[in-house]
Amino acid sequence: MAILEVKDLEVCYGVIQAIKGISFEVNEGEIIALIGANGAGKTTTLQTITGLLPAKAGQIIYDGTDITRMPGYKLVSMGIAHVPEGRRVFAEMTVLQNLQMGAYTRKDKAEVEETLKTIYQRFPRLEERKNQLAGTLSGGEQQMLAMGRALMSHPKLMLMDEPSMGLSPIYVNEIFDIIKEIHRSGTTVLLVEQNAKKALSIADKAYVLETGKIVLSGSAGEMMDNEQVKKAYLSE
Amino acid sequence: MGFLSYFISGVSLGAVYAIIALGYTMVYGIARMLNFAHGDVIMVGGFVIFTIVSTLGMPPFVGIVTAVAACTVLGVTIERVAYRPLREASSLAVLITAIGVSYLLQNIALLVFGSNSRQFTPIVTLPNLVLAGGKLTISSTTIVTIITCIVIMIALTLFINKTRMGQAMLAVSEDRGAASLMGIDVNKTIAVTFAIGSALAAIAGALLCSAYPSLTPYTGSMPGIKAFTAAVFGGIGSVPGALIGGIVLGIIENLSKAYISSQLSDAIVFAVLILVLLIRPTGILGRKINEKV
Repeated sequence: MAILEVKDLEVCYGVIQAIKGISFEVNEGEIIALIGANGAGKTTTLQTITGLLPAKAGQIIYDGTDITRMPGYKLVSMGIAHVPEGRRVFAEMTVLQNLQMGAYTRKDKAEVEETLKTIYQRFPRLEERKNQLAGTLSGGEQQMLAMGRALMSHPKLMLMDEPSMGLSPIYVNEIFDIIKEIHRSGTTVLLVEQNAKKALSIADKAYVLETGKIVLSGSAGEMMDNEQVKKAYLSE
Repeated sequence: MGFLSYFISGVSLGAVYAIIALGYTMVYGIARMLNFAHGDVIMVGGFVIFTIVSTLGMPPFVGIVTAVAACTVLGVTIERVAYRPLREASSLAVLITAIGVSYLLQNIALLVFGSNSRQFTPIVTLPNLVLAGGKLTISSTTIVTIITCIVIMIALTLFINKTRMGQAMLAVSEDRGAASLMGIDVNKTIAVTFAIGSALAAIAGALLCSAYPSLTPYTGSMPGIKAFTAAVFGGIGSVPGALIGGIVLGIIENLSKAYISSQLSDAIVFAVLILVLLIRPTGILGRKINEKV
């Protein structure tokens, strides 16, 4: 069953149309990858889903509800979490305060404590640094914090925007392992990545975006064998 | 003793500036805009108290509570009607709108109350404090002002650090988009910020008019600019900065009035501001603000 359906979505920045009518689906339990070059509209798509940008036309349906014009903050308690591009942790708050912000919409204190424990288990480094200001963490640690913060809301669907951007190869592998784990524990993942190779290695299905349009789609396996994709995105 | 007396009344004046500066600094920190109509909310608060206490003859307490309520509603309304539609607009458009709102409030007051100065009945009626065998007299208004400022500072610090709304404010002030992704209603958070700032403006209005008991539609404008200066001086966006900036400004103003020239005191205050900004552009406690793209 599709947990997220995007239908003929169009998004504009002023007079420039960034997204020119795209449609795709994310089924429950899947990892879906949106790949494409810089400026293809990947981030714009995610930001429109979570209400940071307004849609000009089209529909976004989540769990049977039309969320196209819904204010973004309401989506968190509906089960959507978004790990934004550039991580955007609260630099002047501690690691723990950042994680607590992630649970802002949750009122079940005891359960939030439980979630915090599982997040510390998944990211031991965050526990070690829980009283440190988030701005002083390394890029990889900030990415972990951004993911941990998103997980604090206990999401059904997690949108991740370029989680590997600017990270050293060791961290990239670690981050992708964590995404797999998050997925295994029952969270559906919509992943935006420039690192197509890595993204396809963990995704079920992928869509290729080019200048605001979906130009290719298929299972991750098919995409990896596709000559066009190989040439343009897998640098072979 | 003369110096001490000037100093203490400077602290008191500074405490009023600090309370007003909180409104500027919180709104700037959270909504990233300069609300130049803030000073005029003080004036509205003053006129509400004047109407209730002097015209209707009700107790000062009723006047203050009504003024706080009226200013809160006014602040939230201004935000909703004038500023929220401009949330994504350029900061210059918002600034011009704020100046427009300021003139609007002044002119409405001018229509309703006229341009003649009104005599404000002091709301603090406690006896003055006489110390050192009569050599040092501290007015009860001064004491009440300083205590009120301390109470407000403590309450506000607790509110920001201990409540959910306070945490939401911190998050919005750091990154509005990321705050929204946490499930924080940014518009509501900004509205609450305006509510708090405007409620404080009403209290500042009561204290200001008690210390300087003449009320005109322009009463709020000069203290508003001074408090804005105090906020910049202390580091705009910083709550303790507003306190430090306000107090320092009040002391400088009063001491210049006493020892240099009462005509030049404003010039001296603003000259000090320019000096501070030349040496420390972010103010005393301000941090460098990274413009987010």
